[in-house]
Amino acid sequence: MTVKLSRTKAIAAVTGAASIALIATGCSPSTGSEGGGDGGAIELTVATFNDFGYTDELLQEYMDDNPDITVVHNKAATTNEARANYFQKLGKGGLADIEAIEVDWLPEVMQYSDLLAEVPADLSDRWLDWKAGAATDTDDRLIGYGTDIGPEAVCYRSDLFAAAGLPTDRESVATLLEGDWNTYFDVGAQYSAATGKAWFDSAASSYQGMINQVEAAYEDPDSGEIIATDNAEVEDIYNQVLEASATQSAHLGQWSDDWFAGLSNGAFATMLCPGWMLGVISGNAEGVTGWDVANVFPNGGGNWGGSYLTVPADGEHVEEAQKLADWLTAPEQQIKAFVNAGTFPSQVDAYEDEALTGFVNEYFNDAPVGELFIERANAVEVSPFKGEFYFQINDAMQKALTRVEDGTQDQQASWDQWVSEVDAIG
Amino acid sequence: MTATETDAPIRTGTPGPGRAGPPPRGIRRIAFSHRLSRWDLKLSPYLYISPFFILFIVTGLFPIAYTAVISFMDWDLVRGTGTFIGFDQYAYVLGQPKFWVALRNTFSIFLLSSVPQLVLAIFIAAMLDQNIRAKTFWRMGVLVPYVMAPVAVALIFSNMFGDQYGLVNSVLNDLGFASVPWHSDAFASHIAIATMVNFRWTGYNTLILLAAMQAIPRDYYEAAAIDGAGRLRQFFAITVPSLRPTLIFVIITSTIGGLQIFDEPRMYDQFGTGGADSQWLTITLYLYDIGWGQWNFGRAAALAWILFLIILAIGVINLLVTRRLVRNEGSNR
Repeated sequence: MTVKLSRTKAIAAVTGAASIALIATGCSPSTGSEGGGDGGAIELTVATFNDFGYTDELLQEYMDDNPDITVVHNKAATTNEARANYFQKLGKGGLADIEAIEVDWLPEVMQYSDLLAEVPADLSDRWLDWKAGAATDTDDRLIGYGTDIGPEAVCYRSDLFAAAGLPTDRESVATLLEGDWNTYFDVGAQYSAATGKAWFDSAASSYQGMINQVEAAYEDPDSGEIIATDNAEVEDIYNQVLEASATQSAHLGQWSDDWFAGLSNGAFATMLCPGWMLGVISGNAEGVTGWDVANVFPNGGGNWGGSYLTVPADGEHVEEAQKLADWLTAPEQQIKAFVNAGTFPSQVDAYEDEALTGFVNEYFNDAPVGELFIERANAVEVSPFKGEFYFQINDAMQKALTRVEDGTQDQQASWDQWVSEVDAIG
Repeated sequence: MTATETDAPIRTGTPGPGRAGPPPRGIRRIAFSHRLSRWDLKLSPYLYISPFFILFIVTGLFPIAYTAVISFMDWDLVRGTGTFIGFDQYAYVLGQPKFWVALRNTFSIFLLSSVPQLVLAIFIAAMLDQNIRAKTFWRMGVLVPYVMAPVAVALIFSNMFGDQYGLVNSVLNDLGFASVPWHSDAFASHIAIATMVNFRWTGYNTLILLAAMQAIPRDYYEAAAIDGAGRLRQFFAITVPSLRPTLIFVIITSTIGGLQIFDEPRMYDQFGTGGADSQWLTITLYLYDIGWGQWNFGRAAALAWILFLIILAIGVINLLVTRRLVRNEGSNR
């Protein structure tokens, strides 16, 4: 009885003390990150999201080569989560030793490039020029270790093409669509006239492919000033895609429930697809046999998406983290990641590896996607400048296009509203 | 302390048990222990409840004050610095057409969800209050939707309200009606979102009202029945008036919840930013987008304070209405 009593007392005392300590310390950052500190051993944390293809086996390889290092891998469920976490802790401590970022939020990260450790200069030749270029700041510091990229091709439904009397094999389709956006929309007009069905999924997603080929669409690369509303190129693209959309679009907003349904029920015949989109299509349109991919992209090459690894400069083991990031983004490891998760390498040397060149995709009618996307990656010439306000302006533009597509506004009214929204930014 | 020392003799008209007469010098120790026990009596209650207030100051009051400070600044979240710019953020937010659209949407969704919800809840509660079979089963049944996570509800419903391949439109088409543009027409989107809210919260309110109904003395109904009042007459003459205080509670909580609606409109489409033409943009959604989409914390803080003031204003109105209603009830008796 007495024993029991004293134990409960002890527990009460401990919990009391703990709660007081909790209040007193508030939320002190980075407690317990120096685990495994015996014998000079170091723990390195790697934070990623979605699937980078960094399996336990891959990381174990590094630990075997470097016995004094333990790698701990934290995966965030979504990029939004990772993004919120990144900007909350950047510069304040508490981030992992290596933090993955997506190209979508790279412009925001570049504003704080001074808070990140620089990638050693001798490594910069490893990546495609435009991949390294996008992560290089105005002081010429490269701050991101490129992982994957999203070179774009055209995915199409060969069964729908056949029904419309168009060629169906991927070489002929590539020849058919070779050219600029006018060619793409002209063939689309033919298709829609012949079948009465939609050629592409939505104006907004086609616009994305087009605007990614414009060097400086919304902001002046030198001054950072917003030039979007006066840029004739932007207005031309806007008008071109909406004129085509009137007859050729399925009006299905990308990633909407209707769009996912449209992938499998043949609501549209073609779609602009980066390498990683193949997984989205095959995952959501199981049982559909018609999807194929052609080695072509209107108006040359285009890139959509991809990621980088960054090393926060205030980490506890910056040097070791840089070595690990170096290893993870080396061509050999990137190819393993590609095999694991389909993340297409951004490393020049990887494109000579047989594991990549010989890769075929069963779902897409055994398309040689490894070789195909290497060519698409090499076709990318323009690295669009994305400044501080890029995503706000682009988001407003996507909405402007959607407004016309769903019939809320006409082309001019929607453009005018976009202009007034962009004017309010900043 | 001196204040209480001097106060004490004045109040000795009714001397407490511990303070009979001036203390002699010799027993100072006792006096001290008395003082201790007096402190104990006076201070201990505050000490016991202090954890709540300390926590409240740290987690409640401080963020509110800090938000106010940030709302006057052009704030850089990453570097943790800002420049003072006064009321510019407030002026900017109030000058945005989007803000007023968001305000309109919030109230529209709030009314579309609260009014039918409460009417429905009262009637379901009245049904459950009758002598029916398997009472507990039905009573627990109405609470099932509330157990579902709001995000799950939103996922299912936004799938149903798809513009082209959604369940609701397919059914409408089969019945010979035209499709409803759920994602482009503002009013249609409000109805769809209100449906999700109603689905989740009707059962919850039903149970609260049911509990209140059970507390109404059965004699009233017996007396009314003897006087020849029908079921409907009984409902409007006895049940509804007796529910007044509970109704007021339910209305206030659903007002606060309604003005802060976030999950359902955020999950309604794939972007979560309230639609291409801000058709279903609500205040909290706008706040989230400014803060976590554009990383403009100064502006988001200003909007947060505006929302706080709106809720406060409506709370005051609620309070005045409540007071009047309660007084009315008193005079009725």
